[in-house]
Amino acid sequence: MSTPQPPMPQAAPDRWAAPGPAYAGYTSPIPVVRTNLMHAVASEWTKIRSVRSTLWTLGVFVLLVVGIGLLVGGVVAGTEADLSGSNPLELGFFGLLLGSMCIMTLGVLTTASEYGTGLIRTTMTACPSRGRVLAAKGLVFFLVSFAVTLVSATLVAVAQVAMLPGADEPSGEDWLRSTVGVSLYIALLGLLSLAVGSIIRHSAGAITIMIGLLLAPLVIALFMFSESLKDVQEFLLEYSIPNQLSVFYANSLSDSGPSGWGPLGIILGVTAVVFGIAFVLLQRRDV
Amino acid sequence: MIELSGLTKRYGEKVAVNDLTFTVRPGIITGFLGPNGAGKSTTMRMVLGLDRPTAGDVRIDGRHYHELKDPLTYIGALLDAKAVHGGRSAYHHLLCLAQANGIPARRVHEVLDTVGLTAVAKKKAKGFSLGMGQRLGIAGALLGDPRILMFDEPVNGLDPEGIHWIRNLMKTLAAQGRTVFVSSHLMSEMALTADHLVVIGQGRLLADTSMARFIAENSRSYVRVRTPQRERLLDVLATAGIAVAPGGGEALEVDGDKAEAIGELAARHQITLHELSPQRASLEEAFMQLTAESVEYHAHDGQPAAGPLPPQGQAQGQAQGQGQGQRPWGSDWRKG
Repeated sequence: MSTPQPPMPQAAPDRWAAPGPAYAGYTSPIPVVRTNLMHAVASEWTKIRSVRSTLWTLGVFVLLVVGIGLLVGGVVAGTEADLSGSNPLELGFFGLLLGSMCIMTLGVLTTASEYGTGLIRTTMTACPSRGRVLAAKGLVFFLVSFAVTLVSATLVAVAQVAMLPGADEPSGEDWLRSTVGVSLYIALLGLLSLAVGSIIRHSAGAITIMIGLLLAPLVIALFMFSESLKDVQEFLLEYSIPNQLSVFYANSLSDSGPSGWGPLGIILGVTAVVFGIAFVLLQRRDV
Repeated sequence: MIELSGLTKRYGEKVAVNDLTFTVRPGIITGFLGPNGAGKSTTMRMVLGLDRPTAGDVRIDGRHYHELKDPLTYIGALLDAKAVHGGRSAYHHLLCLAQANGIPARRVHEVLDTVGLTAVAKKKAKGFSLGMGQRLGIAGALLGDPRILMFDEPVNGLDPEGIHWIRNLMKTLAAQGRTVFVSSHLMSEMALTADHLVVIGQGRLLADTSMARFIAENSRSYVRVRTPQRERLLDVLATAGIAVAPGGGEALEVDGDKAEAIGELAARHQITLHELSPQRASLEEAFMQLTAESVEYHAHDGQPAAGPLPPQGQAQGQAQGQGQGQRPWGSDWRKG
């Protein structure tokens, strides 16, 4: 064992050494605080910033979004094609699509990893209000992933507009959708993963479910050749997560289906429902 | 104070904890004893509100756990020393617990110092040995300087020095007027630390008694005698009205502290003695007898079970068998 052995305290500090009045019951010098949500938020913030997996998942996310964004921008800029009439912001889509898997992974880990280690028992002992724990986790994770996505997406958008002078000047709403809009969408997707992690209580299982949710509908729809399945195929294509994401760039696989800010409403609704289920199950189940 | 009343936990058909009623009082160490799988950990999880009881109730200083707003300052618990995120440092592990209860960060340094982990505070928990993990768990329990402390098998995996340290810590905590509730499956460990004893087996309460009383009632004293003139000694003892039971092999066993009387009788009748030794049955044995029927996972030695007592080197089982008609130990005082 390479870890250093801790020094053995020969005598405990004064607090423990002084024998108190027997049976009088013990009164602590530590201030008693009525805890609230902000205490749980502070605790979850410490948790999320003190593990390497946060750094890894978010680091890879930024790398994918910014790296692929710049790469695609560079490739397009290098071609002789006429870019007039095209929106340079839409080139940010590819990086975000891949990067979203990192955010989903981090979301799952935020809840499910505590079940893997058993830490959840300690957490719930420190904060018996289970709903508060879930809310604090969700809040901290959402803000972190939203901030990171927003910074990365904005960085890529600015770079691509600069790299492609031939393309159209994006409108104000184009800007808003491809920065704040996609960031909200990705962060909500992560929040959905966090709720699924809390329900499944198993990191690998929950991550598999989320990746499946991300990719399966699109892949399955691609192979629906039968005419009688046309409607199903269309639905799967239109409402698949990649297609919803591309709607923020005013692109879509079809003209029907979600458009404008629609995908945000859909993910908000789905996340709210799943979060509600996670909340109810958390109250009911043993930890 | 922890009060359990009719606490029951069922997992489907299986009853893990069955109608437990007892009180853990402040100022003393209460040992919670039972074989593996007896329901000790389940009971402790219910105390902390982690598992919902199927029936019954448990209160901490008169309140349910979920009613405690800053629970760590009421009750500190060590349930599972491995229940930490391996990638997080000891300091951050304790800090996030402290923050959840509004405990100032300087307290984290204090408890790290108390358990002797200051030097490795910034190290990741996955590099910790079992003993260091236990210390980290105890640091977490002490974080809120609580009036009630609950330790689940705290000496597991500790070296002798660590065990000594935990014993002293628990005694000091109890002397300060705190409630200390500690579980173990080792009677010998409890005999050294606990003032009061709660014994369970298969989720049922088997005993709730003071340690002193348990020792008095369960550590049977007897005298072991060996002699080449066995028949003559038996005659002499019978005449003197002293009951004798056969011990293992050549030996005889006499209940009570009668070594002197036997020695004098033997000398008077010129009987040679090869051995005359006062003995005490161990508490470990008494505990095993008490829980023998309720042990969930029996290990068999390949022979059909001869009696309730596993072979222990000395053949007290036979003596008891004769003296008490194969009744399990503890069946007497369980009534009382």
